[in-house]
Amino acid sequence: MTHGVAFDVAHMLAGGLVLASFALLYQDRLYALINVLALHALILAVSVAWQAYIQDAPHLYITAALALGFKAIVIPMALRRMVFRLGIHREIETVVGIGLTMLAGIALVALSLMVMLPVTAQADPVAREDVALALSVVLIGLLIMVTRRNAVSQVAGFLSLENGVNLAATGAKGMPLVVEISVAFSILIAFIVIGIFLFRIRERFDTVDLEVLDQFRGERR
Amino acid sequence: MSEFAVLLVPLFAATLLSLIADYRLSAKINIGASGLSLLAALLLLVDRPVPGRYIAVDDLNIVFILLNTFVGATTSAFSASYIGHEIEIGRLTPNYLRFYHAMFQLMLFGMNLALLANNIGLMWVAVELATLTTVVMVGIYRTHEAIEAAWKYFILGSVGIALALFGTILVYLAARPVVGEGTDAMVWTVLITRARDFDPALLNIAFIFLLLGYGTKVGLAPMHAWLPDAHAEGPTPISAVLSGLLLNVALYALLRFKMLLAANPNAIAPGPLMIALGLISLIFAAFMLYRRRDIKRMFAYSSIEHMGITVFAFGMAGPLGNFAGLLQMTMHSLTKSAIFFSVGHVAQVKGTQRIAEMGGLTATHPLLGWGLIAGVAAIAGLPPFGVFTSEFLLISSTFAREPLLATLFVFGLLVSFGALFLRVSSVAFGEPRGPTGPVTASYLPMFAHLALVLIAGIWLPGPLVAWFQHVARMLG
Repeated sequence: MTHGVAFDVAHMLAGGLVLASFALLYQDRLYALINVLALHALILAVSVAWQAYIQDAPHLYITAALALGFKAIVIPMALRRMVFRLGIHREIETVVGIGLTMLAGIALVALSLMVMLPVTAQADPVAREDVALALSVVLIGLLIMVTRRNAVSQVAGFLSLENGVNLAATGAKGMPLVVEISVAFSILIAFIVIGIFLFRIRERFDTVDLEVLDQFRGERR
Repeated sequence: MSEFAVLLVPLFAATLLSLIADYRLSAKINIGASGLSLLAALLLLVDRPVPGRYIAVDDLNIVFILLNTFVGATTSAFSASYIGHEIEIGRLTPNYLRFYHAMFQLMLFGMNLALLANNIGLMWVAVELATLTTVVMVGIYRTHEAIEAAWKYFILGSVGIALALFGTILVYLAARPVVGEGTDAMVWTVLITRARDFDPALLNIAFIFLLLGYGTKVGLAPMHAWLPDAHAEGPTPISAVLSGLLLNVALYALLRFKMLLAANPNAIAPGPLMIALGLISLIFAAFMLYRRRDIKRMFAYSSIEHMGITVFAFGMAGPLGNFAGLLQMTMHSLTKSAIFFSVGHVAQVKGTQRIAEMGGLTATHPLLGWGLIAGVAAIAGLPPFGVFTSEFLLISSTFAREPLLATLFVFGLLVSFGALFLRVSSVAFGEPRGPTGPVTASYLPMFAHLALVLIAGIWLPGPLVAWFQHVARMLG
């Protein structure tokens, strides 16, 4: 079976997103983490733009532009500022060691390929690979959220997870416009909410380490 | 037109309320707007619109919409008397209340939109909107506990919602080859008629994601961790709508996809998965009830238990199982919000939510105390109330089909029954403990709900039974 260049580029970009997810997984400094997060969003933007081109679906360029402007530029800047203001540019505390997390990440990629590829056999090859790789990005995003204790890096995990869902949505050819815009929009809302919370957390605790929050569990009063 | 009124009234009210600074006035507008939405929902009964690409009304969602707008209206009435006290003791400022009222209406808008949506993408957006508004409201007290609860709710809720979107995309992928590209492949009324030709393997995986995603929002164990904190730390009117409405909305989304799977002969049967999750939630929550020291947290676990029962019922399916599930869900919404109305005022009188610091309520505040007892009796499934009817139906029909499952189910019910009465008897009876000051409560919402539950337990009107039977057959 031969594929055209359209497939190859889409495949490469989706693979690049998985690679960036792995890079997120082993960062141990917050600034570096934020840089990789920006790269993650950048790859997504290029990938979405490529999908817009090969599917001849101009509305997808809006999604690409949102990913580029909002997720690759605005949010990383805001996060960097937050880290600077809070003075938390120290190392990230992880729950499990880096090596073990990487192994778990590899296992998750294998799992998603094994689950998705046989199932989507009838779909067209671009959508098929995109959905399988998107699932890997989603699962690695979950892994980041589970293995990090710091609120900023949990947000990074969540954003990479959203990027994975975006990749799947744009890979599914002809998916209605409503969804893409709303996805981007909901990320915006979500971020405002996170912003409010981080602000409140800083006001009350002078730290965004969730370990500290855990001390205030409802029933240990 | 009334389907748009159900959406536009809360949306317009939210805009209006965000502009009004006087909290007494905005509480009244809040009640008025919720009442208008209820009227519009009642109009839907006589004036059924033709299903469009984005909005549709059918026999299933109209039950949810009526319940949603009714509990929304009574909760706004309770909220008006609740916030008066919160202003007095300075826990909330008028500025925060402006925000609170606007968010309350925005949340009702989100839930109504999710229920009316005929497009699975739009439904997802609406569920997310309703989630985000409740997150903000859970954190509104800004205490350590409230912020932690809101953060936990936000993170777990977002992960759940992201998984649900992934599932939604997979459903679209399954529908595309059959229905064709574009909006039609996300329109529910189109999907359900064509579902038999969808790729079953894709549908199966999609359902797993949807079950995990929306199941998180239903509060099923083991994805329930956000629920007790969110109920305990937010304002009590929000606990009432969380338990009474938001969990139902997520359950409704799950039911829609379950119907889709049931329409495809080669897809897995969703029943066993739902039965397993439902039973786990029921038994887990029943045991967790014993160790609760915070009264709102205890009733939050009771909500997990009841959502478990409802999901179990829909998993058993069949005309009887679905009928019991619908009835159970309706009765739980009404009873649990009535309990929270009572608990809200009790916690205000006592100045705490700790069970150990409350006591002798029936002697000091007879209306609140006996209201609470009646509510707990109803929720525990004692005979004259409606929950008994649905649980009895469910147990008897399950025993006929799966005796082992029925035994586990009854075990869970008995364990939770003991826990609830153990805790509540110390609050309601015995020596008065804690402050016993007077309370300015509005009893009407609480007793209206309890009266409805009582009537449903004694006599279910014929047309309602016929309606529920019809919906139960729709659910398959």
